[in-house]
Amino acid sequence: MIKAKTRGLLLPFAGLLIILFHLAPLYITLSIALKKMTDLSSRWSIPNYLYWQNFVDAINGSHMLRAFSNSFVITVGTSFLIIMIGAMAAYPLARVRTKINKWILNLVLTVMMIPTLSIIVPLYKVMNDMHAINTFWGVILVLTTHGLPLAIFTYANFIRTIPRDLDEAATVDGCNGYSVFFRILLPQLKPVTATVLILAGLKVWNDFEFALYFLQKPQKQTITLTIANFFSEFSSNINAAAAAALLAVLPVTIMFIFLQKYFISGLSDGAVK
Amino acid sequence: MKVFRRKWTSGSHLYVMYLPALILFAVFVFYPLFEGVQISLTNWNGYSQHYQYVGLDNFKMLFTDHKVITAFQNTLVYGIGSTVIQNIWGLAYALLLNQVFFGRKLVRSAVYLPVLISGLVMGFIWYFIMQYDGGALNDIMLLFGMERVDWLADGSRGVKIILFATSMQFVGQSMIIYLAGLQTIPKTYYEAAEIDGTGAWRKFFNITLPLLMPAIIISVIYKLIGGLQLFDLIVALTGGGPGSSTHSFSTLINSLYFQSQNAGYATALGIVLFLFILCVTVITHKLISRNEVEH
Repeated sequence: MIKAKTRGLLLPFAGLLIILFHLAPLYITLSIALKKMTDLSSRWSIPNYLYWQNFVDAINGSHMLRAFSNSFVITVGTSFLIIMIGAMAAYPLARVRTKINKWILNLVLTVMMIPTLSIIVPLYKVMNDMHAINTFWGVILVLTTHGLPLAIFTYANFIRTIPRDLDEAATVDGCNGYSVFFRILLPQLKPVTATVLILAGLKVWNDFEFALYFLQKPQKQTITLTIANFFSEFSSNINAAAAAALLAVLPVTIMFIFLQKYFISGLSDGAVK
Repeated sequence: MKVFRRKWTSGSHLYVMYLPALILFAVFVFYPLFEGVQISLTNWNGYSQHYQYVGLDNFKMLFTDHKVITAFQNTLVYGIGSTVIQNIWGLAYALLLNQVFFGRKLVRSAVYLPVLISGLVMGFIWYFIMQYDGGALNDIMLLFGMERVDWLADGSRGVKIILFATSMQFVGQSMIIYLAGLQTIPKTYYEAAEIDGTGAWRKFFNITLPLLMPAIIISVIYKLIGGLQLFDLIVALTGGGPGSSTHSFSTLINSLYFQSQNAGYATALGIVLFLFILCVTVITHKLISRNEVEH
């Protein structure tokens, strides 16, 4: 009995320590972001005043609102393409077992494993020849390409769990392969689409590599690139830099708080099924 | 019915559905790769119209370049190290959170939250912690009466800090995967073991671990991909320095291209990285298919 009681206290206590440990980096950033530059007190102590000017400096010093809207456009465009192209590609790969399809699945896996940076220099040349540098469509197509493999696998795994009888019944009723997909399967893909949207959207929102190479023009810069430039230009104003970092994190954090269920089930569903 | 089924399984008419994906792969992955092989044989600087073919010189240089060798070692440390650390750490969290206690959902959220943050921002945040002047870690050192340390001044320590920072950021992924895996293990197995008087360790090694195998494989592959490609956190935290001691393959390619304007050489390094990852892919793919046979 005594053992059970101490365990009842021990676990929440261990949990509390873990929470504090993992949130410490964000806590430190918050404490810096709320301080004046002249305040040299420890980064562990939240000041007894709130200095919002850092956030104003971060927004004005880096055209942050423009960067937010750029990132938003790119994220929405890329996610849309990934969902459409990914779901479509997954359907024959999940349903039709042929040698070619097996080969294509291996190809998709290979693309997933290729590190972005290993082909970035020739890709830059290709993009340049296509006049796709500093354009949203260019970066959206590249990001779509690199987000597709995970989407295809996630959709394919999900489609395999949908009974084939359904397809066959529809085929008997006179549907061809395409209408089976668009009329019968597509409506059932809603839950997994939430997963793909979150995984793909997050990756695009946080992308730094592609933006670094393909969106150097100030008017086209995304949020990550803006943060990187802000840190190198205003490295002396660490307080505004911390505020900028927090602002960059804010949208995903808010999304996470409200859509937590989808974030967490998205990852685990793909993993266990 | 048989006729329908045969028509269905032949399904050649459906190939057009993955055509858009294949076109994108061809244009933005495989054509650049092909182009990259040509660039790697030149001394192109990345922007000029003029360049010369230098044959395999770039590749020969790679194998004696100490920067490349360091980056290769670091890439292995980041890839394998973070895979091992995050899987053990994540499994430990999952085992803890698999028990019912007050606030466990909050723990899950707090551990998972950093996964959503861009590696770049996380790198800058770690800079606030590791900075010599006023860094959060040095404040703790002072609190315990120790000397301040210039944490990032030493390359091999820098590598360890990067390894820790990225592991701490992404351990939530492994935790979630294992948590989901643990929930698929039927409770009756443990109950049966308890009747037999099996100890906690034996239960872990004989029931939990074998039944967790699918989750372990997924998590290991996930972490391996992420770790071997580590880029933005390093750019933000150390920029590959001091010197080039904390570079990964990815950050070294970036710095060769931007700072040294050595596009031919950077591309050659990219091709080596690609081939290396391809080997890793083949091995992991064998692992997956073996696992599929077992189930």
